[in-house]
Amino acid sequence: MTTTVKPQKPWSPTRQEVAINASSFITSAALATAAVKFTALSGKIGFFVAFIISITTLQVISGVRKYGRKALADNFASSIIYVGASIVLVPVISILYMAITKGIAGLHWSLFTQSMFNASFLDPVSKGGLLHALVGTLYLIILSMIVSVPMGILTALYLTEIKGPGAKFIQFVVQAMSGVPSVVAGLFIFTSVILISPLKTSGATGALALAVLMIPTVTRTSQEVLLLVPQDLREAGLALGATQWKTVATIVVPAARNGLITATILGVARIAGETAPLIFTIGGADKLNLNPFKDYQSALPFYVWKGLTLGTPESLQRAWTGILILLVLVLSLFIAARTLGVRKMGK
Amino acid sequence: MTLLEAKPGATPSPREITTKPRISDQIFRGVVTSFGMSALVILTLIGTFLAFRGVQTIHTIGWGFLTNYNWDVTTSETGVVTDHLGVGAMLIGTLLVSAVAIIVGVPLSIAMALFLTFYAPQRLKAIFISIVDLMAAFPSVLFGLWGFFVLMPMATYWAKLLNHYLSWIPVFNSPEPFFERSPFIAGLVLAIMIIPIVTSVSREVFAQTPLDRIQAAYALGATKWGVIKAVVFPFGSSGVVGGAMLGLGRAFGETVAVYTVLNIVFAPNWHVLFGSGGNIASLIILKWGESTGAETTALLAAGFILFVLTLLVNLTANFIVRQTLKSGK
Repeated sequence: MTTTVKPQKPWSPTRQEVAINASSFITSAALATAAVKFTALSGKIGFFVAFIISITTLQVISGVRKYGRKALADNFASSIIYVGASIVLVPVISILYMAITKGIAGLHWSLFTQSMFNASFLDPVSKGGLLHALVGTLYLIILSMIVSVPMGILTALYLTEIKGPGAKFIQFVVQAMSGVPSVVAGLFIFTSVILISPLKTSGATGALALAVLMIPTVTRTSQEVLLLVPQDLREAGLALGATQWKTVATIVVPAARNGLITATILGVARIAGETAPLIFTIGGADKLNLNPFKDYQSALPFYVWKGLTLGTPESLQRAWTGILILLVLVLSLFIAARTLGVRKMGK
Repeated sequence: MTLLEAKPGATPSPREITTKPRISDQIFRGVVTSFGMSALVILTLIGTFLAFRGVQTIHTIGWGFLTNYNWDVTTSETGVVTDHLGVGAMLIGTLLVSAVAIIVGVPLSIAMALFLTFYAPQRLKAIFISIVDLMAAFPSVLFGLWGFFVLMPMATYWAKLLNHYLSWIPVFNSPEPFFERSPFIAGLVLAIMIIPIVTSVSREVFAQTPLDRIQAAYALGATKWGVIKAVVFPFGSSGVVGGAMLGLGRAFGETVAVYTVLNIVFAPNWHVLFGSGGNIASLIILKWGESTGAETTALLAAGFILFVLTLLVNLTANFIVRQTLKSGK
């Protein structure tokens, strides 16, 4: 009979420590409830504050009893860090919760089959839909991908494969470009395209403005991915007598394919929810327009924006529903990018 | 066997060795290089097109455009348009709102980054990182909606508390008891919006802290906080400053969320809790729909100011972050 040795973990918390932690947690919760009941503190925020104060004190006391005065600052700091990290989660959960609960109320099937052509934002929610906005967003995504994906990936290739004399400078410029405010991108397309070229306010100009925002995202992610391709592969290609063009086209890019797709998806996720540039460039039609080069179009964020600015209960309901659909779109892109994963490819 | 017979004294002529790339490579390099310049070209174009409008505006309005507080356009009965355009109040508002965002957002981000790097167990870490990345993907109009309908009622109450107990500090004073739609609330929304970027930069910097120094500190008997204070912060502090500046750049340029939450008033206001303020980006969308002629040009000029501001902040931030990351290697 063989006996397997049970691995020991001297660093893991002992039963006693777990018990102390659990009991201090429960005591603080009880104290906080009592504080809300009997003192001036009230509501969820009051409970939260009382809870944090009491759990920090209890943790510090138990730490000091065990390790002496040195543990005072350490325990205090770790409670603050735990509290800070959990405060960050609160708005995320609240935002998701609100978007889902408020958005679901306005969901109905004709939302996806009708536009706002025969309805106004002020009509009851069951009238009209957001087909036009959905189609507009689809056009925007496709058109801005056509512009920015080649540009982004080729810029990344320049930075990783050619490493030309200006590579460092270009790197700097790409980083600067990723900080361009979205309003500025919209204004830029307005002055440089809509005012002076034959292309007037339409889906295409909206897509151009979004492309300005998308290029740096695609470039930076593609660059990271291309850097993960082992140098050996490139050298092997060259050693077999392939030209650089052949090496890049048949070895480097295929090796990084998943990562490059991820870069594209992240770029799309970056722009799908942008509202500000569209205000100057897309016009915002209420009816379905299938030609992105002529006449106004709409988009999901614009639809939400319109509902939000009108401010009546019906239009706000439309805004919440629109944002829910937009959120589902962005989240599924996000999850797709995650599952394709940059990390998987690297190792 | 005649073929193999070498003529006496004849050596095969050496193959020509050249470093000149093939034509296919030349084309490839040319195409990639020209596309590589696209980012530079676009950025320059943004600068020139907006600068052109900026110069036009300064030419007609004068430097008062930067310091004047009001933004009125009136058309008299005879059709003469008189305008008083200035972004002074909006510049003050931009600084105020961004300052609140930085003061609230950066400590939270640092706490989150420290938690992710040094405290979180492996499994929790992956979940938290996803959540922070998810925050970055939320559309800004969602932050606006949430800020207005969910955060505002709560934050108004906090503002009243702050005003009630701390009004002896000048910034928490308020000329009138109107606390809704204040720079404070807009700043809170912005703080949430900049958390992802500040956190991810800080995390990257903290993770670069040389491991031998950390281990040396532990070996000398330091507590976890001792290590963070003595090793991680001295190494990473400038990187965190860079991350905070990247967040500042985001805060400057944020439009839709600020426009939704903030009560835009064309008057200088330094009281964070008082419901009056503005920022340049929200000025642009506020006035865009009705603007014509000189006013449109002035809005484009305001866009140029915003562009220059964010560009300066971002370039400095990137420079600092890169220096810190380099020093870890």
